[in-house]
Amino acid sequence: MVMMYSLLVEGIGVQNWTYILVGITFTIYIGIAIWTRAGSTKEFYVAGGGVSPLANGMATAADWMSAASFISMAGIISFAGYDGAVYLMGWTGGYVLLALLLAPYLRKFGKFTVPDFIGDRYYSNTARFVGVICALLVSFTYVAGQMRGVGLVFSRFLEVDINTGVIIGMLIVLFYAVLGGMKGITYTQVAQYCVLIFAFMVPAIFISIQMTGNPIPQLGFGSTLADGSGTYLLDKLDGLSTDLGFAEYTEGSKSMVDVFAITLALMVGTAGLPHVIVRFFTVKCVKDARKSAGIALLLIVILYTTAPAVAVFARTNMIETVSNKPYTDVPLWFKKWETTGLITFTDKNNDGYIQYVADKSKNELVVDNDIMVLANPEIANLPDWVIALVAAGALAAALSTAAGLLLVISSSVSHDLIKKMINPNISENGELIAARLSAVVAVGIAGYFGINPPGFVAATVALAFGLAAASFFPAIILGIFYKKMNKEGAIAGMVIGITAMLLYMVKYRLGWFDDVLPDKSEWWFGISPEGFGTIAMILNFIVSIVIMKFTPDPPQDVQDIVENIRIPSGAGDATH
Amino acid sequence: MTDKEKVKSYWKENIKYVLILMFIWFIVSFGAGILFKDALNTIKIGGFKLGFWFAQQGSMYVFVVLIFVYVRLMNKLDKKYGYDV
Repeated sequence: MVMMYSLLVEGIGVQNWTYILVGITFTIYIGIAIWTRAGSTKEFYVAGGGVSPLANGMATAADWMSAASFISMAGIISFAGYDGAVYLMGWTGGYVLLALLLAPYLRKFGKFTVPDFIGDRYYSNTARFVGVICALLVSFTYVAGQMRGVGLVFSRFLEVDINTGVIIGMLIVLFYAVLGGMKGITYTQVAQYCVLIFAFMVPAIFISIQMTGNPIPQLGFGSTLADGSGTYLLDKLDGLSTDLGFAEYTEGSKSMVDVFAITLALMVGTAGLPHVIVRFFTVKCVKDARKSAGIALLLIVILYTTAPAVAVFARTNMIETVSNKPYTDVPLWFKKWETTGLITFTDKNNDGYIQYVADKSKNELVVDNDIMVLANPEIANLPDWVIALVAAGALAAALSTAAGLLLVISSSVSHDLIKKMINPNISENGELIAARLSAVVAVGIAGYFGINPPGFVAATVALAFGLAAASFFPAIILGIFYKKMNKEGAIAGMVIGITAMLLYMVKYRLGWFDDVLPDKSEWWFGISPEGFGTIAMILNFIVSIVIMKFTPDPPQDVQDIVENIRIPSGAGDATH
Repeated sequence: MTDKEKVKSYWKENIKYVLILMFIWFIVSFGAGILFKDALNTIKIGGFKLGFWFAQQGSMYVFVVLIFVYVRLMNKLDKKYGYDV
């Protein structure tokens, strides 16, 4: 009986398992989309405004955890060691800012979009327009990366062309984002959270037991090895790393000032990302907004505290499996990933062995960050269904984030540009059609960038946080906590902040101003482009306050609104 | 208390909570995880060097706790001022 079962299960194979699991999850998403389709602009923009804190927390977590969190982050950490902490602290610490400084007040304000808040609080369509531009800039750079992630998973696990993968992903997102709007997206994201967290945890738990005997990965990577040697896993990895010429895993190699700046830029950027902020417009009251921020972070932290454990397991496993082993003996997964170009081996000294060392002139193995999570179950010899599960989880992560971003793009266009600026007399139905059409156009553009990624997309995704930190965060904070902040100050601050960020990024990350990319030693204060959001944010604050001192106070009714949003009671429905 | 005074004193208490919690937020992440990492790394708990643990684990657990503490404090404060309806 047991043998028959195992024959049956093993006989299916990775690829068929992937078809089955991806098929089931996609059917669920589409089913939910049909069941929860939006009938009004309010349902399209903020899911009707009555989402429970738990559902909103789950949706926020799925919205937030993108292909980058699911696929890339553990891989980046496994190569960066201690330095990977910038992503862990940066991408979670921002939720404390959100819960304490932004979400409750924005919910009380009761608007549909972030540019909506900027436009009304700063009583100016110019401010609104600057907000729309910032929202589009941030969201488009971010969404292209998601489409690419979808394509990557399809091409590796279902062995379809990467472009076909992007198109399939586009069609799915198109279907439920256009039909369901925020309402459809919210409930598909709830399902997607369940899929992605299960898919991330199962292999992590398996591998933790394999390597350390401890089923909890968060504790496992601080435990001793299961081989009975009594050595701690982290000590072993520190040793392996230094033997090969790398920095000690637990020490890292970035400068302290840069680690500080990147962490702060990511935290503040997280709190300023429009697709995260709008999620808090969907709950019933201020109390629920606070609570759902807590639930969202709890659900995110489950994955984020597991990722550094996965990083350590994967890195140790990889070094042990391939370092100084003959190339002819490499396992099957190595060959499979080689065909995708994500692992490359060049036998520089022609000895037939794989030398994996820090010295670039002698190193023969290049492993892409992105495959550490995807290949991890194969490296650890886990069953086929676990490998397929990871593919379904990665798709859930990429699709849920893409959908959230597309909604921000379409509502910025249909609500802030068309309804609030171009044609205020547009009917409810007209606006709904405009919202759906802009979603279609946005998916098209995102898909185009997914298929033809401009060289700078990968670089700019991480920088989307810098852009959000430099523009929205100071404008919103000042709008809530500083009654006298006026439109002149806020507009000047946003424009100068985001321009400074863009210029620094173009000069020091893309190198468009010089013939060659300027060296690290030329960075201002030793801060990398990823960390420059911190400087641009400070610049925004200073400019806003200085300009405000020389320009008229905001009108009394605006100051009264600010008083009003500080009191939680009487938060009505989100309105136009 | 007039309405205006009520709003003012509610806001003051809120800001006090926020400042205290933000201070802890800063200490566990930027403090323990970055600025004082090297000093804390001399202490080891199990296989973890303490500074490394704060940077890759501890700070995140504290973040979650901070938000839920804030939720509790604010729910109480809302009730005290009658803003919970």
